[in-house]
Amino acid sequence: MPEPLLEVRDLRVHFPTEDGLVKAVDGVSFSLQPGETLGVVGESGSGKSVTFLTVMGLVGSDQAVIEGEVLFQGQDLLKMPKEELRNIRGSKISMIFQDPMTSLHPFYKVGYQIAEAIRTHQSVSKREAHDQAVEMLRRVGIPKPEERADQYPHEFSGGMRQRAMIAMALSLNPDILIADEPTTALDVTVQAQILDLIDRLKAEFNAAVVMITHDLGVVAEHCDEIQVMYAGKIVEVGDRRDIYYGSHHPYTWGLLGSISRLDSSTKERLQPIKGLPPSLILVPPGCAFHPRCPYAFDRCKVEVPKLIPIDGHHASACHLSLADRERIFHEEVLVRR
Amino acid sequence: MSVEVSERTAPQPDTTREPLVRLRGVKKYFPITRGIIFQKHVGDVHAVDGVDLDIYPGETVGLVGETGCGKSTLARVIMRLYDATEGTIEFEGQDITHLKGKALRERRRDMQMIFQDPFASLNPRKTVGSIIGAPFRLHGTVPKNKIKSEVQQLMELVGMSPEHYNRYPHEFSGGQRQRIGVARSLALRPKLIVCDEPVSALDVSIQAQILNLLEDLQEEFNLTYLFIAHDLSVVKHVSDRVAVMYLGKIVEMAPGDTLYKNPKHPYTGALLSAVPIADPDLAQTKKRIILEGDVPSPIDPPSGCRFHPRCPNAQFPRCREEEPLLRPFHPGQVAACHYPLEDRAVMESTAS
Repeated sequence: MPEPLLEVRDLRVHFPTEDGLVKAVDGVSFSLQPGETLGVVGESGSGKSVTFLTVMGLVGSDQAVIEGEVLFQGQDLLKMPKEELRNIRGSKISMIFQDPMTSLHPFYKVGYQIAEAIRTHQSVSKREAHDQAVEMLRRVGIPKPEERADQYPHEFSGGMRQRAMIAMALSLNPDILIADEPTTALDVTVQAQILDLIDRLKAEFNAAVVMITHDLGVVAEHCDEIQVMYAGKIVEVGDRRDIYYGSHHPYTWGLLGSISRLDSSTKERLQPIKGLPPSLILVPPGCAFHPRCPYAFDRCKVEVPKLIPIDGHHASACHLSLADRERIFHEEVLVRR
Repeated sequence: MSVEVSERTAPQPDTTREPLVRLRGVKKYFPITRGIIFQKHVGDVHAVDGVDLDIYPGETVGLVGETGCGKSTLARVIMRLYDATEGTIEFEGQDITHLKGKALRERRRDMQMIFQDPFASLNPRKTVGSIIGAPFRLHGTVPKNKIKSEVQQLMELVGMSPEHYNRYPHEFSGGQRQRIGVARSLALRPKLIVCDEPVSALDVSIQAQILNLLEDLQEEFNLTYLFIAHDLSVVKHVSDRVAVMYLGKIVEMAPGDTLYKNPKHPYTGALLSAVPIADPDLAQTKKRIILEGDVPSPIDPPSGCRFHPRCPNAQFPRCREEEPLLRPFHPGQVAACHYPLEDRAVMESTAS
């Protein structure tokens, strides 16, 4: 196996608040290979965004207690001086956010904002940076990029703004693109365009992509590797066939059962996960999912399950026996689909 | 794994009955004016441009389309929150297009709305109890001293704890807030509920809870829904019939399964192929119809078929010049297209 591009080891991000310690990320380890697309799935508050904001250095040690290692090409980003980190952030690792309406500055022209990112990291003239910005807008499929670069964000539609964000993120040819719910605010048709664009640009720029989402449908078509998170921990990880045709965690089953699917024939009832995600201040003891899990038994209430390999790199953190999990998945989860 | 897509076995809406809502030629134009004192009328936004639609009692009609296609405007016209520019709206056989004052207020009891954004549609300074109880106070259907117990019953009905009566909206998550919205809409025991993107802002797992809740309530109170969303998979899941809207017009209408198997309008095909499928193998067999660009401006909609500038199948000059009318295809299906898609144009087979 080649050297991983990014390796996160036992990352913990805890926010001290008036109400108590919020354990947003609680012992997360994974690695990202060059050219891979990693899907990170979980409900709101599962820690998926915080994990990657920490990787980007956007959660500082002044806000949170951060432990563990984030190795990018062998260097620990968490121990790096701010100046050095700034050189990596934006040029080597870049990020696009959920809401394209609020992530562009409304007072500056779109072309200027992209050029600014380029000028921060490369010593080029304003003119050259502007030309590069226009070229990037063209590559992300914005018609008439010269004119568009001179417009303000409010003159762009939602899909166009997200394209502009992607242009900005890719303008410095990063090794890793982190997309945090890139299409949640968009129409399905625009979503399909943006996801195809990310796929195409990934091949063109040879970048690794991290796709953070709550929708298992999106990751099915675009991700090689899928990581399911719950209450700050990874509960299941595997390639997409493992997750869709052989999942080993009741939480993943719940997510699969929640999706309204086009291909299910009659008005079949959805099988949502009951209840709400737990408070990250008072995470339930044992397996954090046990209060919502229909298969929980005594052991789940006291012992935290470890992420145990099943085969290859497919791993799951569940106390149910391997045979039980296989049986339940095939008898109760797959048949519904 | 095989997924059998059989013809819908659920009973078809009883079309011999009178429709609950009947729209004929409904148009809603928003004028564009220039100048401040002498406002000159320079054009119109053709938000809804000639819609005929029947909604029968007890059924769920889905309405899909991209942002800006006029689906929310149509909902508001039906609710009489906007006045229609042209056309008629009938509710239980009564023409309500120009209803005013007390008569309109009484009619409104029968129709309620659930909104998309559970953060913006609840007054942050009112308690949950007073939000849900507001319809009782406005319409005076329940004596004052009974309001609290009625509200708590409603809260229980939508799966909330009645002890939360005195809490404020910010204390709840998105899914719980949407339950508050649902409870409020049920307060007057309406016949029609218009759901405008009720789950778009929610996590998938919470979406499923709200969709199931809506289904249960429909059964219990024999409700009729108009369900609006941009996500075809959600709409298909809840709806008996689905109408596809593009630039102010309905371009196709069919039972959900027919629409999934045999979409006729290329726009429906494009919407269908854009929906991600949570099944990697099945997703591979899907044929992609990728739409270029955004929806054109409804101020000056394209001539002929409004979809022709983005349509992969358009043939000129016919599509540019002649406006297609809705015509029947499979049972229950109508579509407005000169060169419709063949059967199974998007999902080749559903068994893998």
